[in-house]
Amino acid sequence: MTTNHVQSTATGIDLDAAFQASNIQPVLAELERELVGLEPVKTRIREIASLLLIARLREQSGMATERPSLHMSFTGRPGTGKTTVAIRMAKILHHLGYVRKGHLVVATRDDLVGQYVGHTAPKTKEVLKRAMGGVLFIDEAYYLYRPENERDYGQEAIEMLLQVMENQRDDLVVILAGYKERMDVFFQSNPGFRSRIAHHIEFPDYTLDELLTIADLMVQQQMYRFDGDARAAFAEYLELRMRQPYFSNARSVRNALDRIKLRQASRLLRQGGTIAPDELSRIDAADVRQSRVFQGGIDK
Amino acid sequence: MRITQGTFSYLPDFDDDEVRAQVQYCLDNDWPVSIEYTDDPHPRNVYWDMWGLPMFDIKDAAAIMMELGKCREVFANHYIRINGYDRRYGRQTTALSFIVNRPKDEPGFRVERQEFGDRQVKYTIHSYATDRPSGQRYE
Repeated sequence: MTTNHVQSTATGIDLDAAFQASNIQPVLAELERELVGLEPVKTRIREIASLLLIARLREQSGMATERPSLHMSFTGRPGTGKTTVAIRMAKILHHLGYVRKGHLVVATRDDLVGQYVGHTAPKTKEVLKRAMGGVLFIDEAYYLYRPENERDYGQEAIEMLLQVMENQRDDLVVILAGYKERMDVFFQSNPGFRSRIAHHIEFPDYTLDELLTIADLMVQQQMYRFDGDARAAFAEYLELRMRQPYFSNARSVRNALDRIKLRQASRLLRQGGTIAPDELSRIDAADVRQSRVFQGGIDK
Repeated sequence: MRITQGTFSYLPDFDDDEVRAQVQYCLDNDWPVSIEYTDDPHPRNVYWDMWGLPMFDIKDAAAIMMELGKCREVFANHYIRINGYDRRYGRQTTALSFIVNRPKDEPGFRVERQEFGDRQVKYTIHSYATDRPSGQRYE
């Protein structure tokens, strides 16, 4: 645990110094910079950060503080950044001294639930042990509970999770993630989970502008660039694609970019001859417009 | 007779915080930790029983302490030790090993002398505890 003791004098406690000492500012700034949109999520993260900081100050001033419970649920449609935020969350909690190590262990039903009697408990325990000192992220948590099969071993994993979430709050933070509707059903049938999770955070869908900003960021990170026409074409593409089924926000953007890079590469090779080095990074409008989406098809 | 062996044999027994600190040291060095128990205290008994498997991919000592707690519940009156394995050498190398639990009463050992040809004597030690069958030795 990081113990940055903050001077408390007779005059008072220096909140600014405490904030500086917690090293939380760079992480929050990074979150702000690299995650587009997601305002409700960022607000909630800042709130949690403040809560933890104050809790620590209270502790140092000798006030009784119960360790706040930090188990969370992230709900939202695919590609809204749940996993990315979970990784950041682990870092933030580590900086605030809430978890000792700050690593993230991602688990799905397969990692927790066994195939036969007596297989589930050791599997779940194994994952829990690996996650201790950090954050356990359970993706699509509702698959743990299968009411249609009464002999399903998911219930066993759930009971074990609940027990550790309650008794070893100091040792790990559990984040459940999944689609909103299905998570709601899951919580209804497992009230134990609902009451043990203090923070329910909803991830909104991205707007068109936000998706474009995300695309710009990705293109830039991969050292490509849109030329003027291409960017307009991509905006058009997104607008069409958003209305189609199976649209999964940032993930769809990434997939679309991957296909665009594919088309750019084959265009360059077809064209042959000598090109300027700059051409290697330039994405042409034609690369975008070849997509099936413009003919009313679906890019999956 | 208090039996000592392993890395910290010359020190008094560790309390839980000290055990936790040692375990965390192992994990920070990327040494997988395992827990073993026995009720045969003979110093040449190297094969203790494993409590579960060696624990890989663990970052924080809390996980090991949880297992140790469970092992102590079941084998409160046994010897329990913690081992850290350094796997860098490509073979099982014990880097650190120390006793974290011991029976309330440790009856100790007696010396046995075996006389054979030409008045020669062989000496050996015999643990009083092992006079009783395994599982009933420290009841």
